[in-house]
Parts: sequence; C-alpha cells; structure tokens
Amino acid sequence: MSLFTRSLLQMARHGVAQPTRRTIPTLFARYLSESTRAAIDKAVASSPVVLFMKGTPEFPQCGFSRASIQVLGLQGVDPKKFTAFNVLEDDELRQGIKEYSSWPTIPQLYVNKEFVGGCDILMSMHSSGELADLFEKADVLAPADETAKEPAQPTDG
Amino acid sequence: MADSSGVTAESLEQTIREKLGATYVQVVDNSGGCGQIFEAVIVSPQFEGKTSLAKSRLVNTTLKEEIAKIHAWSNKTYTPAQWEKVQQSQSEAGPAGVA
Repeated sequence: MSLFTRSLLQMARHGVAQPTRRTIPTLFARYLSESTRAAIDKAVASSPVVLFMKGTPEFPQCGFSRASIQVLGLQGVDPKKFTAFNVLEDDELRQGIKEYSSWPTIPQLYVNKEFVGGCDILMSMHSSGELADLFEKADVLAPADETAKEPAQPTDG
Repeated sequence: MADSSGVTAESLEQTIREKLGATYVQVVDNSGGCGQIFEAVIVSPQFEGKTSLAKSRLVNTTLKEEIAKIHAWSNKTYTPAQWEKVQQSQSEAGPAGVA
C-alpha cells in the first residue's frame, strides 16, 4: 500500500517541473502546487473509498486514524474498494491534503471523490446511521456472504 | 510536542464564543499542558440547518490560525435544539432517573 502511494504520487509528478521541496514548509504549505494537486486528484480517485491517515490500516499511528479505520471495518466497507494513504510517508501529501480538502486535520475520508469529513464526523455519522446510508448508496460495502437472503439486485450506474 | 503552542483552552473558548456566537462551549486540553491537543463541544444557533460537515467547516475556518498551531483538534458541534436532545438522553441514562 505504501509503495503504491509513493509511485502514484511520483507518477503524477512525472514530467512536471520539480515541485517545491519541503525546505520551507510553512511558507509553501498554503499554496498547493499543480503537481501536488494532480497527485492528490489521482489519489482521491484511486478507489471509491479513500482514507488519508497517519500510519497504515494495520498499524495506525494516531488514535483518530485508528478509530476511523475501525469504523470503516464495522461498516463493512469492501477492502477491494478501499485505499489508505499514509501521510506520514510524504510531507507534501501531509500538508497538501489539508489545503486540498480545506480541512485542517488528518484523517480525512473521501467517498467517490467527495470529501466526507474527519474522525469526529465519521463517528457521529456512524452512530446516527448516516454513514451506513452513504456507503450503501455509494455501493462500497463488501458483498454479503452466502447466507444472504435477498436475491442479487442489479446495480444501477 | 514539548513546545507550547501558546493556544489554551481558555483562549479557544473565548474565540469560539465571540466569533461563533456559541451559547455553550467546552474545550478540554488533553495535551497535559503543552497546548497541542484539544477537544471541544460547541453549541451555537449559527449551526442551524447545517450538516455536520458544514458545521465543522465553519468552526475550522473560524479557528484556522489556532488549529494550524496545534497538533490535534477534535470538535463536536450542535445546534441548541440538538444539544437539548443530547442532554436529555444523557440524563435519562443516568442511574437515578425517575420519570
């Protein structure tokens, strides 16, 4: 997963003038470079469900990221439709994603390229049932196992 | 983490009351004193008719400078009506509740 993150970001930057490095992060954090924006566009579109987090799903490096991963698991999000990006591996992504989403904290969840929110929002949507609805409509839940009683419905879209 | 951000629970509370017209604010500093980790509960009529995302965006925009200085920021946002419900459900769950 982490290798994928790197290659994706590098791929997106390929052929573009060398982006600003992290030497003066505070100055440049506010101005998202074209290449960073393009890389994040690709990352956001890489799966129906995308989580930008600290650490990996197996080893989250922050309680908020851990809680978010747990909620996605409880909701039954299909692993095949999910990608996590570890912002700790790429400082440009770590700063860039905040500007990109106009959201100051990490984790950040995207569903079908749309920003859903951070950990607090996930938690409240989880307990209110809104998150289940959202995932259902987005068709990102893992297929029910063989005990499913309902006949398979043709999916639209 | 050891460096103080200069942001305190009190300063955040004051800003939230002033700029968001909050009727109830509770900011808890979970950082053990370095001013890096805060959790907030905010009740404001300005949240009326907004989604959770829109409410949090409003808070985040209002506190942009402060949030940039700290390490972790968590907030729960309610309209006065929503807050009343939360408190009711909490008191109902209380051990000494008698109808």
